[in-house]
Amino acid sequence: MSEGNGRNGRGGLIQLAAKDFKSDQEVRWCPGCGDYAILAAMQSFMPELGLARERIVFISGIGCAARFPYYMQTYGMHSIHGRAPAIATGLAASRPDLSVWVVTGDGDALSIGGNHLIHALRRNVNVKILLFNNQIYGLTKGQYSPTSELGKVTKSTPMGSLDHPFNPVSIALGAEASFVARSIDTDRKHLTEVLRKAAEHPGAALVEIYQNCNIYNDGAFDAVREHKENRIVLEHGRPIRFGAEGERGVVQRSDGSCALVEVAEVGEEALLVHDEHHPEPSLAFALSRISHTPHGPTPIGVFRDVERAVYDELMEGQIVAAKERGGEGDLGALVAGRDTWRIP
Amino acid sequence: MGKPVQQVGRVIIRFAGDSGDGMQLTGDRFTSETAALGNDLSTLPDFPAEIRAPAGSLPGVSGFQLHFADHDILTPGDAPNVLVAMNPAALRTNVDDLPRGGTLIVNRDAFNDRNLRKAGYGANPLDDGSLSEYQVHDVRLTSMTVEALKGIDITPREAERSKNMFALGLMSWLYHRPTEGTIAFIETKFANRPAIAAANLAAFKAGYAFGETSESFAVSYEVKPAKLAPGLYRQITGNTALAYGLIAASVKSGLPLFLGAYPITPASSILEELAGHKRFGVRTFQAEDEIAAVGAAVGASFGGALGVSTSAGPGVVLKAETVGLAVTLELPLLILDIQRAGPSTGMPTKPEQADLLMVLFGRNSESPVPVIAAATPGDCFEVALEAARIAVKYRTPVYLLSDAYLANGSEPWLIPDVDALPSIKVDFATEPSGDGTFLPYARDPQTLARPWAVPGTPGLEHRIGGLEKQDGTGNISYDPDNHDRMTRLRAQKIAGIAADIPELEVDDPDGARLLVLGWGGTYGPIAAGVRRVRDGGGKVAQAHLRYLNPFPRNLGEVVRRYDRVLVPEMNLGQLLKLVRAEFLVDAIGYNRVRGLPFRSSEIAEAIEATL
Repeated sequence: MSEGNGRNGRGGLIQLAAKDFKSDQEVRWCPGCGDYAILAAMQSFMPELGLARERIVFISGIGCAARFPYYMQTYGMHSIHGRAPAIATGLAASRPDLSVWVVTGDGDALSIGGNHLIHALRRNVNVKILLFNNQIYGLTKGQYSPTSELGKVTKSTPMGSLDHPFNPVSIALGAEASFVARSIDTDRKHLTEVLRKAAEHPGAALVEIYQNCNIYNDGAFDAVREHKENRIVLEHGRPIRFGAEGERGVVQRSDGSCALVEVAEVGEEALLVHDEHHPEPSLAFALSRISHTPHGPTPIGVFRDVERAVYDELMEGQIVAAKERGGEGDLGALVAGRDTWRIP
Repeated sequence: MGKPVQQVGRVIIRFAGDSGDGMQLTGDRFTSETAALGNDLSTLPDFPAEIRAPAGSLPGVSGFQLHFADHDILTPGDAPNVLVAMNPAALRTNVDDLPRGGTLIVNRDAFNDRNLRKAGYGANPLDDGSLSEYQVHDVRLTSMTVEALKGIDITPREAERSKNMFALGLMSWLYHRPTEGTIAFIETKFANRPAIAAANLAAFKAGYAFGETSESFAVSYEVKPAKLAPGLYRQITGNTALAYGLIAASVKSGLPLFLGAYPITPASSILEELAGHKRFGVRTFQAEDEIAAVGAAVGASFGGALGVSTSAGPGVVLKAETVGLAVTLELPLLILDIQRAGPSTGMPTKPEQADLLMVLFGRNSESPVPVIAAATPGDCFEVALEAARIAVKYRTPVYLLSDAYLANGSEPWLIPDVDALPSIKVDFATEPSGDGTFLPYARDPQTLARPWAVPGTPGLEHRIGGLEKQDGTGNISYDPDNHDRMTRLRAQKIAGIAADIPELEVDDPDGARLLVLGWGGTYGPIAAGVRRVRDGGGKVAQAHLRYLNPFPRNLGEVVRRYDRVLVPEMNLGQLLKLVRAEFLVDAIGYNRVRGLPFRSSEIAEAIEATL
């Protein structure tokens, strides 16, 4: 395995450019798809990792977003529906030297692969999971997804969806993920900043990216994509304010839930100060409940970023401890065991 | 103590009691003593899936049968010569297997009204004459145990629970077993609980002394050591042998072992065993489900590990999608199916070999996978190594079939010389071709295997996936002819393994006209049945398949050489179907799915009926 700098690429010694991360494959998403913007942001961010390309792996499941690895000039696997976090777990747990990324969608991650997602997060496997949420099944041509809003009329729900939607950030926080963030496909600067923080985070990171499907669910995120005054940008250690002039803010009620207020009415000192490093996920969870599906003011940024033991390090640690205790394994001694007898 | 000693060639003992009576431990210890003495042996633990069914009930009976002899034997035995029944339920569920004149040792203390009622006895069989055809030793096991433990600081319940050690002591005397091993075992096992250790030792010794002095036992028996091939032996179960085989494959290939598994009977003990061998760099991952278990193994294989997933039928069926992915990714992967009776949950602790067609064909589209099967507990070691060799060399998932009988059954095992085991060659791709390109689906002309280029290798960055790939480049392709070509290439690659495995050997000393063809865990009973027929003057040939896909290259010639081919299987005719379809041979099946291994006598009868 190649020499290189630290885990997750912290250190930055290798000089590469965005073009070095473009594969020779023709990108085949629909014209106007939000995935293009995310791909471009990713390719231009990648050099910042300072990692050689061979140490980076993208693993995806099935869906439009899942084509992502084909377009990255790194190692990659386009696997099966919902299973990318499981496959990435095996890779990341056995190869601590790699930077492993999972690209998934709302159906892939939260429907067929929901179980793998929550377990990868709770184990704190060293994988960065990018969840492209477009609130629709695109590749299968327009059925409702687990993040589609209640009552959504789609090809498979002509009278409206009966399913209460998931909030991906709430799910990740419920699974006690050590890093949870949200960004928007078209906000290159914010998305890059979130990707940078996710990459730097030791352990599992979940980044929900609002991604517009202009064919089957156009405008799903207009409330925050187009109306920037609705973006509640979370910044660690700062009072949470939003609005065109920062005239609105977030306060926490006595029951722990969050409320939106006019700053002029309550005063800045009453505003909730964001603490992404809080050991308990409760505050982050309360923030995630401000907007279930984004029809109005919606938090973006890092909800939670805490340090927790990383899975591959724990696994490696047991191997090292076992070798320290009993020495390197001896195959002859193993198969012979303790109770033997000799036939002359 | 002056009692006469009778020499016997072989003995089959069955210990039967409540699941809480410690019968498996008693059986294990007696087996260890027997191994230490140098007898050949074969065991069959037979226990319910319920951890503790209601005490004294018929479903709660747990049994352990041990066959030991002064010559080589092949099975745990059809019927016991000696039955140790710890309670009425154990007697009721087992006594019909004991031939007339057989020895019956019962714990009289357990034959109270309540237990008799639970077992469905109207009257006490110890008193109503219904056991008159057996040699009954009516022993107050519980009360004698409690009496022997007086003065030791334990609860009355703990004292009663030591009765299995009393029974073990008695049986150890009756069959002249060496006792040092059991004494050392008790001292080690209960090192932190001295009173319990003392109680178990006292019970064990009291049982032994009871045999020496009791008038109930007039004779003791001696079974001389067996004349097995010279060498150093140990006893081993199939699952332990599989775990060791996987570690050996890791050592011999230099690939780190990664096991993804989800707990399932009867495969869990492989996960547990491997979890204890981290000194070999083994990574064990207890996944959230069967799918994640095999998915993680594929991910580890992609990263250059030996990826393995272990399960049983109901779990293997969930892995089918991922195995299909591994087929098209062309990455090494081992999937171990410890078969149990089905369908669905079926009978979790009972063996069957009815997953053959599932592992061969239970995937969407054309997705060939090599399949190999273990014949005996010890054979599991070799088969694990062979499965790894094929997977690594041909970059393919490989199914390894074992079953609940091999998994838990044990036999003496000639400890292999690990230095003499062949190494497994791994040739990772290390650099691009001369023009700087890398073709992830270029093929070795001999094996048709593609390059295995692991992340971390500079210049070989590439993408693989479940979509059809263009021959050579591995780029996504929907070209009709390319798909046809790739489908055939994948099939040819697996079929070509036939040139790389041994021909099927036929054991046919007499020029028989009937061939008995088996596969997997039925080897022992079939071989023993064949031996019986030959002892009676019958001519019969035997062959046993390790390789189920591809078949050995001479199998067609072998089955056509005989007038009749009998295929005994613990399913309703799965290999039979394949042999008939593949070779147009009118083979005959012998099929039983009782959740128990074949008896050699029934195999002999089936052969006689076909001769």
